[in-house]
Amino acid sequence: MTRSELIARIAQQNPHLYHRDVERIVATIFEEISSALAAGDRVELRGFGAFSVKHRDARVGRNPRTGESVSVEAKAVPFFKTGKLLRERLNK
Amino acid sequence: MSGKTVTRAELAESVYQEVGLSRNESADLVEAVLAEMSNALVQGETVKLSSFGSFSVRQKGQRIGRNPKTGEEVPILPRKVLVFRPSHVLKDRINNGG
Repeated sequence: MTRSELIARIAQQNPHLYHRDVERIVATIFEEISSALAAGDRVELRGFGAFSVKHRDARVGRNPRTGESVSVEAKAVPFFKTGKLLRERLNK
Repeated sequence: MSGKTVTRAELAESVYQEVGLSRNESADLVEAVLAEMSNALVQGETVKLSSFGSFSVRQKGQRIGRNPKTGEEVPILPRKVLVFRPSHVLKDRINNGG
């Protein structure tokens, strides 16, 4: 399912809404999640899952092809933990 | 970094501010989006959201685990897990504090 398919499904369930409003709803939700993560905040959606930011220290990596050492800078990476309800539904 | 937690309530509030539906309807739509994504994933579909990331379901095989307290071996049954792969856009935003 892509973003446009998600929009189409929501639009179908809500025939009273303009299509462009459904687009804005979907865009707003993911923009909110992204900006919260960019600010270092957590996003917790009970039953679905939680987004957080994990910090990785700088390390010395290796180019797997040449074996050459390269320094990898410290960075932050987004992380998603599946919620309990969704995890259970996946395994039913 | 402020260490806040954003929940459905904040997402619904943003939708309310941005789109101008009622607060109730905004909350229902946040729920509908999460429900549609969950349903697609439960059906085994991959959910791809450009500039955000993709969610996919991976099948894990059975393996032998160990109870860390008792040292006892216990089989971990085959199961499905959800994996989120953030997009480059999202990763870059998080590292540039955008």
